[in-house]
Amino acid sequence: MELLSHLALGFSTAFSALNLFYCLLGVFLGTAIGVLPGLGPVATIAMLLPVTFGLEPVSALIMLAGIFYGAQYGGSTTAILVNLPGESSSVVTALDGYQMARNGRAGVALATAAIGSFFAGTVCTFLIALAAPPLSEVALKFGPADYFSLMVLGLVASIVLASGSLLHAIGMILFGLLLGIIGTDVNSGVARFSFGLPELSDGINFVVVAMGVFGLGEIIANLQSESTRSLVATKIEGLMPSREDFRRMVAPVLRGTALGSFLGILPGGGAMLSSFAAYSLEKKVSRHSAEFGKGAIEGVAAPEAANNAGAQASFIPMLTLGIPSNPVMALMIGALILHGIQPGPGVMEEQPALFWGLVVSMWIGNLFLLVLNLPLIGLWVRMISVPYHLLFPAILVFCGIGVFSLMNTPFDVYLMALFGVLGYAFRKLGCEPAPMMLGFILGPMMEEYLRRALLITKGDATVFITRPISATLLAVSAVALVIVLLPALKEKREEVFKD
Amino acid sequence: MSPAIRSPRDFWAGLLYSGVGATAIFIASDYSWGRGGRMGPGYFPTVLGALLLLVGIAALVRSFLVRGEPIGPIAWKGALLVTGATVLFGALLRPAGLVPAVVVLILVSASASVKFRFDWRAIALMIGLVVFCALVFVKGLGLPVPLLGPWFGA
Repeated sequence: MELLSHLALGFSTAFSALNLFYCLLGVFLGTAIGVLPGLGPVATIAMLLPVTFGLEPVSALIMLAGIFYGAQYGGSTTAILVNLPGESSSVVTALDGYQMARNGRAGVALATAAIGSFFAGTVCTFLIALAAPPLSEVALKFGPADYFSLMVLGLVASIVLASGSLLHAIGMILFGLLLGIIGTDVNSGVARFSFGLPELSDGINFVVVAMGVFGLGEIIANLQSESTRSLVATKIEGLMPSREDFRRMVAPVLRGTALGSFLGILPGGGAMLSSFAAYSLEKKVSRHSAEFGKGAIEGVAAPEAANNAGAQASFIPMLTLGIPSNPVMALMIGALILHGIQPGPGVMEEQPALFWGLVVSMWIGNLFLLVLNLPLIGLWVRMISVPYHLLFPAILVFCGIGVFSLMNTPFDVYLMALFGVLGYAFRKLGCEPAPMMLGFILGPMMEEYLRRALLITKGDATVFITRPISATLLAVSAVALVIVLLPALKEKREEVFKD
Repeated sequence: MSPAIRSPRDFWAGLLYSGVGATAIFIASDYSWGRGGRMGPGYFPTVLGALLLLVGIAALVRSFLVRGEPIGPIAWKGALLVTGATVLFGALLRPAGLVPAVVVLILVSASASVKFRFDWRAIALMIGLVVFCALVFVKGLGLPVPLLGPWFGA
């Protein structure tokens, strides 16, 4: 069994004392930062990324994956306890989770979220192990033109699946692509859009953009609407769901996992879309649909399973194709590149220990979440109760030091401040920053593949429609764009995001 | 705001997009376009800039036709203090050292909050944070920044 030998290799890598420690540390730190209201996974990962710089690539990646799950789960905790989702993917968890907490069932809601997430995580670990090798094989057949078209599809998908205005999603992607081009062109040596600043000739580090837009921008927006958060329960009791609770959560968890795994693989998908879709599906099929919004356990179990499945499944295109399907994966790719690994189909062949170690540590991370978070819930509650006006200066300090430590230059700190203002402006103008991050990471890759594709054909652009893989990908992109622009479906799409 | 603009969000976003797009095209006109199969450094940015300009124009046109949400009040004070504190932090880090830079960042940014009071909790938290950063980042992770910089005779 190839699968078993792969997993065995993964276990032997992940189960070194050091890597287990980093996984645990990542989950712990990720949850600790992730429970803080207003800090989603992207900001959390960006803030903690510099901590991993000194580690071996395997350990660093394992720790980052741990941080990611921790941040994800931390966001759900905050959503349930204070009705303040730290990130978009726990918005729907807040609907019923917070009501459960108000009914005195906060402990059960938290346990349900943890159990649902763990089950989904386990299924997805196997899914990755099964799907990754064949996908990588396919990916090895990809030429430059096919890669370019794949990225087009990825960007189109993120337009289609973006929650806001289509026009703004396109605008933000183009803006991000242009930002990504800043720096020295590798082929001609021309420093592009550097405005005469030598610091810009190496390009902008994505951590600077992410921390500015998602960290600083968020802080400015939060300060504007400073409100008193009220914890529904300062003491959490009765963690264990009853037999009846278990009976009611089985089917939603299964459906959520299936939906999340499917939507997570799609470019542009991931945790947020999965949780929204799972909630509306559950509301339609459930026998207890009248209870939704009033504290239905299904309304917590399904979206939590789905967002974890979606989050984890989005590792599949990232690891096999090197294509990020959401901003978190874009950060992961950035982290890999910083550690000297070019993500793509080659990783599995060249660094099997890294690849399978990461896959297995995902599962271990989920296990840690289950055994660590529930007993430590008292600590998380205390973290949430730190008032925001004491918290945000500390966040700024960590962002500042983190960004400075990238290149040891104050220039990056100034640049982060600039992106903070931009991030706040985007929020005010209703422009979603997530597609911009995708464009930012994909910009240089797209240009390079386009250049190579045209070089091979001596400038003949028809290669994009004569190669079967590329043509199929472009056709799918075109169909997706047309469908989403049709008025009838446009309404449907808005309906989905309204739920 | 002129009453002709029905969607201020679209209007300003459109202005931003088209401004960035036009600037990109203008700057990229200095770079070689390339020829034949050899794509020059100007090719991709020009195409992107043109597309962004089109999106921006579309948003501008739409802002006069379709009613949209208002922008709402803008937190000038918060934006100024938070970014100002960050810039000060960057500028102070090397000459003044980590300790004064962190203190300034905390004090200036905290003044952006209406709820912040300079009480014992805030002071304790600040001291704790300074000690934590000094120990973890400078002593532990070896960040090449002095605790007290040349300004303090170090």
